[in-house]
Amino acid sequence: MDEEFESGVVKKFMYVNRKAPYGTIYALEVLEMVLISAAFDQDVHMAFLDDGVYQIKKGQDPMSGAGMKNFSPTYRALEGYDIEKLYVEQESLEERGLTEADLLVPVEVLSRADMAKLMGEMDVILGG
Amino acid sequence: MSTLHTVNKSPFERANLDACLGHALPGDAILLIEDGVFAAMKATNLAARMTDAAKTFKLYALAADLKARGMDPANVVDGCTVVDYAGFVDLAAANSAVNAWL
Repeated sequence: MDEEFESGVVKKFMYVNRKAPYGTIYALEVLEMVLISAAFDQDVHMAFLDDGVYQIKKGQDPMSGAGMKNFSPTYRALEGYDIEKLYVEQESLEERGLTEADLLVPVEVLSRADMAKLMGEMDVILGG
Repeated sequence: MSTLHTVNKSPFERANLDACLGHALPGDAILLIEDGVFAAMKATNLAARMTDAAKTFKLYALAADLKARGMDPANVVDGCTVVDYAGFVDLAAANSAVNAWL
């Protein structure tokens, strides 16, 4: 570890998920990035908005019909990496006819305005 | 002869579905595939529009892509028919051309 990590500087990181899973590789790539980032003991926040809310929809089964890997159970494992700050945008759920009960992990549901505020408090924001 | 239109992008992110609906002719078939299947679901903010579209066009959604995304095939809008891959092939064969709105 170099000095920056040894000094224990903890920054607020936010990963902004805005894409549906499976149609593009963004969702899976962000998830990989988040898991790697867990090794660096930063203050990690995950935001799900726009089509990103589909990433954590219950009942995904891409393997049996479409032959793709189901990576949605990995979101449930984030807790084991001390990544517990998951935020979902209320308006994004509503536009898609979804509710918090449709989601496969515990999250905090925020209004778009509160999501914007939270984003404003971050040191590093990575989109996908 | 009629055309089979396929739409594979999310209606919430891209204008592919709008473009398709604006150019398809009455009686044409529209098949929602990949991220396009989100447009088939009830209770979204475009459900009313899709229910209307199903009256002008033959509206379909691909079962494997609904299932992949955790979308219940029983929850598609009225007038939308869920088809499997064999049904996709049948639609391609039954129409004189395929127009993929990518």
